[in-house]
Amino acid sequence: MAILINENTRIIVQGFTGKIGTFHAEDMMKYGSKVVGGVTPGKGGQKHLGLPVFNTVQEAVQATGADASIVFVPPAFAADSIMEAADAGIKYCVAITDGIPTQDMMTVKNFLLRFPPKKRMVLTGPNCAGTISPGKCMLGIMPGHIYMPGNVGIVGRSGTLGYEAASQMKALGIGVSTSVGIGGDPINGSAHQVILEKFEQDPDTKVIMMIGEIGGPQEVEAGIYAKNNMKKPVVAYIAGLTAPQGRRMGHAGAIISSAGEGAAEKVAMLKECGVTICPTPAQMGETVAKVLASCQ
Amino acid sequence: MDIHEYQAKEILSHYGVKIAEGGLAYSPEDAIQRAREIGGHVWAVKAQIHSGARGKAGGIKICKTHDEVEAAAEQLLGKRLITHQTGPAGKVCGRLYVEAGTEIAKELYFSFLVDRSAERIVMIGSSQGGMDIEELATTNPDAITKIHIEPAVGLQDYQARQMAFALGLDAEIISHAVKTIRGCYRALRELDCSMLEINPLVVTNNNELLALDAKMGFDDNALFRQPKVSELRDKSQEDPREMAAADRGLSYVGLDGDIGCMINGAGLAMATMDMIKLAGGEPANFLDVGGGASPERTEKAFRLVLADSNVKAMLVNIFAGINRCDWIAEGVVHAVQKLDMKIPLIVRLSGTNVEEGRRIIAESGLPIITAETLAEAAEKAVKARNEAVVRGGC
Repeated sequence: MAILINENTRIIVQGFTGKIGTFHAEDMMKYGSKVVGGVTPGKGGQKHLGLPVFNTVQEAVQATGADASIVFVPPAFAADSIMEAADAGIKYCVAITDGIPTQDMMTVKNFLLRFPPKKRMVLTGPNCAGTISPGKCMLGIMPGHIYMPGNVGIVGRSGTLGYEAASQMKALGIGVSTSVGIGGDPINGSAHQVILEKFEQDPDTKVIMMIGEIGGPQEVEAGIYAKNNMKKPVVAYIAGLTAPQGRRMGHAGAIISSAGEGAAEKVAMLKECGVTICPTPAQMGETVAKVLASCQ
Repeated sequence: MDIHEYQAKEILSHYGVKIAEGGLAYSPEDAIQRAREIGGHVWAVKAQIHSGARGKAGGIKICKTHDEVEAAAEQLLGKRLITHQTGPAGKVCGRLYVEAGTEIAKELYFSFLVDRSAERIVMIGSSQGGMDIEELATTNPDAITKIHIEPAVGLQDYQARQMAFALGLDAEIISHAVKTIRGCYRALRELDCSMLEINPLVVTNNNELLALDAKMGFDDNALFRQPKVSELRDKSQEDPREMAAADRGLSYVGLDGDIGCMINGAGLAMATMDMIKLAGGEPANFLDVGGGASPERTEKAFRLVLADSNVKAMLVNIFAGINRCDWIAEGVVHAVQKLDMKIPLIVRLSGTNVEEGRRIIAESGLPIITAETLAEAAEKAVKARNEAVVRGGC
């Protein structure tokens, strides 16, 4: 088991024939992910990387039985592509695209709510590195080799900081069940909490490492959820101790715009929720190791 | 992206929001001319900087004669105003807005914001205007009304009426209030605005509803489809280093410390800065070089970091995914040689092709300090900075 994706996940790539889509589709295939085709409007019927190209997601799903998609479409058109995937019956979509307008994401979130919960597509991202269930499936742009299969679930906003966590764990012989990047935008497909819920249900996940940052309410909401609803231990690190108020730190969502959004405040609130805090970002691996040892 | 009060008012007046008569001035002579054109006996001379709380910082002067207008303009133009929103560096006032004085019966607060928790637009109002809403939220949360807007159908009239009544407006101006509120919402949606604040929104002695101040912020990610909004950018209000970085596709935020940073990924950048602080140092900047860091990009990033004369040491931390450590290493070696770098440089590489990257650094013969882990990198950077300061002091 793992969450969201596994060895049976059938993937289509939206924005397949572009430079970025091509590069990462090849990389995912090399990792062993089952990429079954792609979508580029107007290029339907062609072959790319030996796989069929379709004009619409609907056609792609009908022809290939795909249940997951990954979006590399440019920001101006990405929201539309995500909604197309949801409408075509894709169950899980990763949006890699960085720079989608906030109001477009509001529309996407609202659109997803039109589907009954059981038929509603799960979206992670945008502006993320994707999701990987090590050894089974990679649906993203991460370096697959730094993840070892195992029992720790990772959920985080940042790509490279997630790599840092995974490699610290690997150095200590700790593997990952699934690592999910939820992205650095102010409005994203799935909040930390949504992913925590899935890890709580996953028999292969024993401990969850949550990597958050300044800005927005999602880390604290996840902490409150963990306190009230979870049996599995949650470890967290919140980046941005040195970030000044009102300045955007790279990610569109990484900005302290109101009380409670700073790193120190989030850490204090998470501690109250019983979440184990990594004192420094260099101790993500060893903190997870300690918590893992104590629950075995 | 933020814009000035006068620009926001100009926009909102096209959406049915009433504003006082006013005009822009770049000099004291301009200011007197504007006051003459407006007429009357009272004028507000307002510094145009990208910040709220200008009144408290002395950026708004009420004048009763043309001489006072001139004196106010002389005082404000070129002045560096410091508010809690500008940070200690403040912002220099290069433009003034001269506005007809308004007789105020009542001051209200009104805004639209993106509520990240609800993932919707929220409309916020309070009958206690003029105050900082954050302050009001802690001291008197009951005095604030919040109404969320359903994105699919947009703001409804009944919601605007609810807000107008919550603001304590008289029945006779409710329909005007609804028009004002709807106009603001339309502006927000059509222009990809991420925040719109009218504080204060005032009821005048003539029982008219008027936007006495206006603040609008726009979604940077949507500027590609808002060319008219992009034209309103006032570069003098932005940090020149941050602008230079943005022009080069890099993300940079200048800070007060002295350890320069170049990192890939916003989260790892923040975490590395945290590590520097925890190791006893202070970062000079946030700098995310992003995914495909070519040698040219690396050189540009080095130039940006080193342009800050406070920088005593520089730390490069790259976790290569799409990037490759050997490309980064080549870029670093090239930049150090080309820029004739004099301060200590600490490099930590990890991820794709790390062995090759480390070999390139080692064989370059340059005095680059290398580190394998995040903790080691931060400690070495702080140590190198401290040694550089001691040497500099001798």
